[in-house]
Amino acid sequence: MASTVAEQGEDERDKSGQPAGDGGAGRTAAGSVQPEVRRNWRVRLRRDKSLILMTLPAVALLLVFNYLPMVGTITAFQYYDPLDGIRNSEWAGFANFRQLFGDPLFWHAMENTLYISAVQLILFFPIPILLALLLNSVLNSRIRSIIQAITFLPHFYSWVLVVTLFQQMLGGAGLLNHFLRSHDMGTWDVMTDPHTFSLLVTSQVVWKDAGWGIIVFLAALSAIDQNLYEAAASDGAGRWRRMWHITLPGMRGVIVLMLVLRLGNALSVGFEQLLIQRYAVGHDAADVLDTFSFYYGIGTQNYSYGAAAGIFKSVISLLLIWGANKLAHRFGEDGLYRK
Amino acid sequence: MTTLTAPSAGGRSRPRHPNRPSWEEPPSVAGEGAKGLTLGAVVVLILLPLYCVVLTSFSTPGAINRAGGLVIVPDGLTTDAYTTMLSDDTVRRSLLVTLGITVVGTAISMAVSVLCAYGLSRSRSLGHRFLLLVLVVTMFVNGGLIPTFLVVNGLGGFGKYWALILPSAVSVFNILVLRSFYSSTAAELIDAARMDGASEWRILWSVVLPTSRAVTAVISLFYAVGYWNTFFNAMLYLSADSQKWPLQMVLYEYVNRGMNMPGQVNSGFGVAGHSQTAPLSLQMAVVVLTLLPITIVFPFMQKHFAKGMLTGAIKG
Repeated sequence: MASTVAEQGEDERDKSGQPAGDGGAGRTAAGSVQPEVRRNWRVRLRRDKSLILMTLPAVALLLVFNYLPMVGTITAFQYYDPLDGIRNSEWAGFANFRQLFGDPLFWHAMENTLYISAVQLILFFPIPILLALLLNSVLNSRIRSIIQAITFLPHFYSWVLVVTLFQQMLGGAGLLNHFLRSHDMGTWDVMTDPHTFSLLVTSQVVWKDAGWGIIVFLAALSAIDQNLYEAAASDGAGRWRRMWHITLPGMRGVIVLMLVLRLGNALSVGFEQLLIQRYAVGHDAADVLDTFSFYYGIGTQNYSYGAAAGIFKSVISLLLIWGANKLAHRFGEDGLYRK
Repeated sequence: MTTLTAPSAGGRSRPRHPNRPSWEEPPSVAGEGAKGLTLGAVVVLILLPLYCVVLTSFSTPGAINRAGGLVIVPDGLTTDAYTTMLSDDTVRRSLLVTLGITVVGTAISMAVSVLCAYGLSRSRSLGHRFLLLVLVVTMFVNGGLIPTFLVVNGLGGFGKYWALILPSAVSVFNILVLRSFYSSTAAELIDAARMDGASEWRILWSVVLPTSRAVTAVISLFYAVGYWNTFFNAMLYLSADSQKWPLQMVLYEYVNRGMNMPGQVNSGFGVAGHSQTAPLSLQMAVVVLTLLPITIVFPFMQKHFAKGMLTGAIKG
């Protein structure tokens, strides 16, 4: 994500640095080898046509599988019937949304989504930061890279695999319950307990992604000027004061950026992860907005209804990203894009 | 840890670590101990499940019986589970399907992504800003699950392998990583080649690709892992036909949900219960099969992508 942001930032600066406009004669391209005069688009087309051609396969795939579905969201305003297709299906206006907002199952899914999201924000978010600080303080670079490799590894496992591993560890027939049973302490099937489900889901996310999450924070740490530490130490600042006054301010930008992204994704809580476990723990605990949209859209073939739930989620998510960015700007940080 | 201890008893006896800057105070024993314990616990928490699963897959029925489930201490080893697994038609087929999807998918994704990234890498080329916008918009806005499903279905993707590849073939994030590499690290070489009058295709093939092997390998790995792990799309489009299931579907149905395997009904595969100890080793063998390739390839890639991601992230 971070490099994306860099891209955009770069372009923004590009734009503001050099006012656009065709035929800006005599303008030299800073940093580029050939100082090129911007001629009319025919000349540029001839020059760049192979470059444009190269982008077309990717653009075509995106048009079909990303933009066409965006157009397809109008099914949410229809009573979509696969036999009639989008063109001939009956229009519903906002009926699907009215039905959605009156559906207790939908609000329950919303509640679950927000709850799990909040638990993850509190219990997951700080862990990569702490791990990065800890790992950064390991002096032996060999040990450091071994630990780093081990913590990265689970990120590349599928959710089916991660859930299976958790099932073998914490499930009814798993290692934990074998231990409990052999010590006469009763049993606790963590995998099917709806009361602790949000904690289970969060611990799975921690196991899988906390190690991977440290990358951006390690990068921020390595960008801090080491001379600051030496200067502070010679002024008598101890470890904790150096961390408070140098390390944390140095990481602030990245932490805020990650927070913005997390808040923007507050309504997306591990779709595949929850889908896989819905069967074991029951829909009451496991239904979130995404699974709701899936089960009541595709499962019951009520496509328009599911699409309506999807639109609702997208709109709220965009608002959340926008709001989180506003907040970041208020704290004097860049966030996702510059002001 | 907070105290700026005068180097007393513990501190002086140990030599200073060569990587520790000279101005830094010597570490306290308690602090170092806590650090070691925490990192040790992290490593154990990640590796313990993997260790148990691998060991159990190699254990004899007797060993699994005595352990009452997952085996922690080696106690009678055998490769029977793997022999049984690899003679099972469903597993064999799904392995082939997954390998095929991974190889074909990664090839398609890489071809499309490298071309697109290079096509956008020249600053101030015609239309690159617009094309970039077309890409980036999809990172923030999407049609959602149902409309995508309807589009793929409408194109006849139901029950077809391409439904697992084409809808997710383009990762805009990966393209942006490649592009930022081409327009920074490889930029001078590219400019030199342009001065020499080489065509863009030729520059891409004989200048860009040979000089960017590391980042190409990393992005290929990202794509390959994605295809290897493909599950939801398989469930969506291929679940009706178990002949077409990829490995993750087999893992889900037979291990996670404990369904009976078509060829394994009599031996009692599935029905998750700890009394059926022999099949447990078989189940764990399937788990090992799905995690093995990633775990093996990973250490070779790690140094590359840690570096690549770091340079990418620092710019942000």
